[in-house]
Amino acid sequence: MEVVRNFPFLSIIMALFSGPLCSVLGRQAAKWVNTAVISLIGVMSFAVLLFTVRTGDFYVYQMGHFPAPWGNEIRFGQLEAWMALFFCVIMLLCMLSGRRELARETEPTKQNLYYAMVGLLLSSLLALIYTNDMFTAYVFVEINTISACGLIMIRENGRTLEAAMRYMIMSLLGSGLLLMGLCFLYDLTGHLLMSNIRESVTALAASGEYHVPLLVAICLMSVGIAIKSALFPFHAWLPDAYGYSTLSSSAILSSLVSKGYIFLLVKIFYRVIGFDVVRESKVVNVLFIFGILGMILGSVFAIQEDNVRRMIAYSSVAQIGYIYMGFGLGTAAGMIASLYHILSHAATKSLLFVAASGLTDVSDERTDFLGLTGAGYRNKLAGLAFTVGSLSMVGIPAFSGFISKLLFAQAAYETRHKMLLALVALAISTILNAVYFMKTVIRLYTPGWRAGLTVAQAKITVKDQPLKSAMLVCFIMLNLFLGLCSEPLVRLMIEGLERFA
Amino acid sequence: MNLSNLFHNYEEAVAMILFGIGFSNLLLQNNLIKKIIGLNIMDTAVYLFLALKGYIEGRKAPIVVDGIQSVDAYINPIPSGLVLTGIVVSVSVSALMLSLTIRLYRRYHTLDLDEISTRLRKEGL
Repeated sequence: MEVVRNFPFLSIIMALFSGPLCSVLGRQAAKWVNTAVISLIGVMSFAVLLFTVRTGDFYVYQMGHFPAPWGNEIRFGQLEAWMALFFCVIMLLCMLSGRRELARETEPTKQNLYYAMVGLLLSSLLALIYTNDMFTAYVFVEINTISACGLIMIRENGRTLEAAMRYMIMSLLGSGLLLMGLCFLYDLTGHLLMSNIRESVTALAASGEYHVPLLVAICLMSVGIAIKSALFPFHAWLPDAYGYSTLSSSAILSSLVSKGYIFLLVKIFYRVIGFDVVRESKVVNVLFIFGILGMILGSVFAIQEDNVRRMIAYSSVAQIGYIYMGFGLGTAAGMIASLYHILSHAATKSLLFVAASGLTDVSDERTDFLGLTGAGYRNKLAGLAFTVGSLSMVGIPAFSGFISKLLFAQAAYETRHKMLLALVALAISTILNAVYFMKTVIRLYTPGWRAGLTVAQAKITVKDQPLKSAMLVCFIMLNLFLGLCSEPLVRLMIEGLERFA
Repeated sequence: MNLSNLFHNYEEAVAMILFGIGFSNLLLQNNLIKKIIGLNIMDTAVYLFLALKGYIEGRKAPIVVDGIQSVDAYINPIPSGLVLTGIVVSVSVSALMLSLTIRLYRRYHTLDLDEISTRLRKEGL
């Protein structure tokens, strides 16, 4: 089984090289290379997951066999392997379900570049998951930003260009802060490897030296990543970027890109700084407040929105708020709830985007609510999928969203001062979620003649779009899996988090 | 006492001020080119900070010329390496921003981001 220990490194490198390879291949070849690479990496991550679960340990992979304080390292345990596997699965499903839209909405000569960008994005996500070196993490954060920008602007219209520009500006502000914080930390500790920084930081915190610079470093990194992952006040670019880019891009951006940054933040909190020091610094309280604001205001924006894809995008703002609220609780249980919400949000949000595109297909490409009237009858599977996604987001039992909300509520119950605020915010946000998602579902199942629609609209059955339908079924299954088999997954993540630092 | 520290470490203070200037330009300017200039100022400030941290007064760059292999003769080379990596990142990001700016300019004949947004809202798409 020793060969498995090379897999994390190999999967990063494979994804990285699939990028340039796709850029010189033709459209069809690039498509197949991309699909094959993502599937292969998924299989490899699964092998790593089995290996780490069986041995119950973490492993350090030294790049070029340089020992600890100098070399660059990859470090993986079961949490990392599980995240990598999950990200690969979601990415594969998103790519497959968006194929037709990609062919229709982009120039044929540029489609291989799209696959190149997806390869780079996957490699950066994997690197963010696996790396044990802060500066490597920063470089891959930038690669992630650049490739995400490529995903947004591949469909060329004014909206996406402007959204890509705004996305770049916000992201660069965030990565500037992250880089500055990282330099502070390097200055304080003299290390770049996460485990070594941790030792020095623990010593510094115990002695009380350099209290303010350490605090500033933690703040800079937290705020930088919060900006990059679109926490509430920094979400302005998000609805346009998610709402007008091509389908695979919206699904991947909403479900994976921001999650990569958030996972890096978990890593910074646990492995680089140490969660006790972070809790002492009170930074988590700030994240808690903004998380709660995001939970409520994101939903309020979503209620006001008339465009279904923008509505789903605003819902992402609320869900990111949930994740930061979980960090803000400052307990291991809150962290587990946030990690579980990363999974359930990724599975549900990509499902909603794919289902919404299936519904707009049968409504003359209209995305407003009036146009979608009765679309659930015209495309039955997409209607069902959208309903499942909505129920999951609202938090109905048996779907994935319920488990994460339950975990959040349990975690909040354990804290002393934040319990009331967190539970009230959860309740309000759930009601608001129900308002806009159920409004949409009811609209989908209102017969068209009642709304006065006269345009003859096409019907789509499973046979017309076999691939997309299969992917929708996979997404629904994934949602049910996360909702019904949560026990072993939560245990896996708790054990993984214990070995994470 | 605090102020004397500030004067003593004036290089770091300059780096921070430059970072602030670059950051606020990137955030607040409406003109896209000025935003990109702000981005470059911000990144350069970080490199200045890093380079300062690696420099030890009276020592030289770690290139063995006269056969001196003592550690005391040289500065810390890692921050210089980080600066190089950072420069590569910032060049590619600037290039991407500039190419986006060109596309936006071709479409809207303006560099004002707010102006572009208003026009988009009027157009609908």
